[in-house]
Amino acid sequence: MISGVTPPDVLVVGASVAGLSTVEALRRKGYEGKVTVLGDEPHAPYDRPPLSKQVLSGAWEPERARLRRHDALSALAADFVLGDAATALDVGADQGSAIVHTAAGRTWSAGAVVVATGARPRPLPGMPGMPGMPGLAGVHLLRTLDDAIALRANLLTASRLVVVGDGVLGAEVAATATSMGLAVTLTGPQRLPMAGQLGTLVAARLAALHTARGVNLRLGEAVDGLVGERGTVTGVRLGGGEVIAADVVVAIGAIPHTSWLESSGLRLDDGLVCDEHCRAADRVYAVGDVARWRHEALGLSRLENRTNATEQARVVAAGIMGEQLRYAPVPYFWTDQFDVKIQVHGTLAARAEVTIVDGEIGEGRFVARYERDGAVTGVLGWNMPKQTRLRRQEILDSLTPAPGTSHREKT
Amino acid sequence: MNVAVDEDKCCGAGSCVLVAPEVFDQRDEDGIVLLLDPSPPEPRYAAVREAADICPASAITLHENP
Repeated sequence: MISGVTPPDVLVVGASVAGLSTVEALRRKGYEGKVTVLGDEPHAPYDRPPLSKQVLSGAWEPERARLRRHDALSALAADFVLGDAATALDVGADQGSAIVHTAAGRTWSAGAVVVATGARPRPLPGMPGMPGMPGLAGVHLLRTLDDAIALRANLLTASRLVVVGDGVLGAEVAATATSMGLAVTLTGPQRLPMAGQLGTLVAARLAALHTARGVNLRLGEAVDGLVGERGTVTGVRLGGGEVIAADVVVAIGAIPHTSWLESSGLRLDDGLVCDEHCRAADRVYAVGDVARWRHEALGLSRLENRTNATEQARVVAAGIMGEQLRYAPVPYFWTDQFDVKIQVHGTLAARAEVTIVDGEIGEGRFVARYERDGAVTGVLGWNMPKQTRLRRQEILDSLTPAPGTSHREKT
Repeated sequence: MNVAVDEDKCCGAGSCVLVAPEVFDQRDEDGIVLLLDPSPPEPRYAAVREAADICPASAITLHENP
């Protein structure tokens, strides 16, 4: 049942960009009720994309990754409760409220709860916190600001880094650490870095870039475990048995942080499952990395990217205020590695037809268009951000049938 | 309202241009934000506030005098 009444108060669980953006969108829309933001980290909201780049390299002081100035946060008139993690959600509470319990033993009730708890890093066998294995020094995860600061400190006194994870974050860390002067090996199960996100053509270009800059690519073989001596990591072992020596290992990989929702009765399946309005249940919404919602064109989707957090927040804020919008974005992400800026709008379907529509691959500046069955699914830019954005409309045009036609007429 | 952009933070997404094209553009060569109007008129405030909020690099800062 959907109540059409705007709730008197909203509790946002998660104080990163998705949670903050939801509060901002609520206030932009004129919501005047009480807003509380619960965050498990002690820090005011900060931005994650710089962690693998500017914060890790030391180009920025960590302070610069803060998402908003103090006065801008104050202007939101929201109560930020930091350093306390949510442990349970009770949606069946009476009187139109949901209740959230926290690690510190507090309970919060609100007319609407926004789940914005993001993702949690996936530890490797042999890492601290893994059952039956002692933790090894020199092994890191990278998700939080504190993680980035600790990894940077370790890199400053190390010479050999192994990155476990061949997606965007792993490739960025490999590039950053190489630029810091370390000998870096990038490992992961894919044959090419970011193959799943970029497709073979561009992933091969990226592999060539990394190789040219000195990154050792040991891809196509998953990491089997860590090797250590006297409590310190000395390498990683690949599935085939080969050991790659390392003073520092960073494991990349994240899973949606939904463990605190296990007793809620809500559907958890690679995230908190929601309808097309990003609603998981009456009074409960999800936003950001943790949300798996029904995209009307793409089906159940979960996007772990920075832009999704803000765009989805607008839909969630509208829903809280009684306006049911369908969330069907054109996905977007970017990555900066060495001196290359890659921008991706839409989806780069596997087996898509790829056409270079601007610039030239050999020139180190190009735009590629991805098509499937005659429809543009995505565009990718390599050092051509503006020209790539200008083609975003082609994706929208493909998603929206021309007036007077229906999908059925397209044969 | 006064608008400031941080070119060093900008990632070239162009979300600001999609929301407030009268106030923001991008450089052709590297996609970095171009501020067309640092003191936009009141009818554009809502779009500029949204652009600042949704900027994926938090590169837009607003100074509003109540």
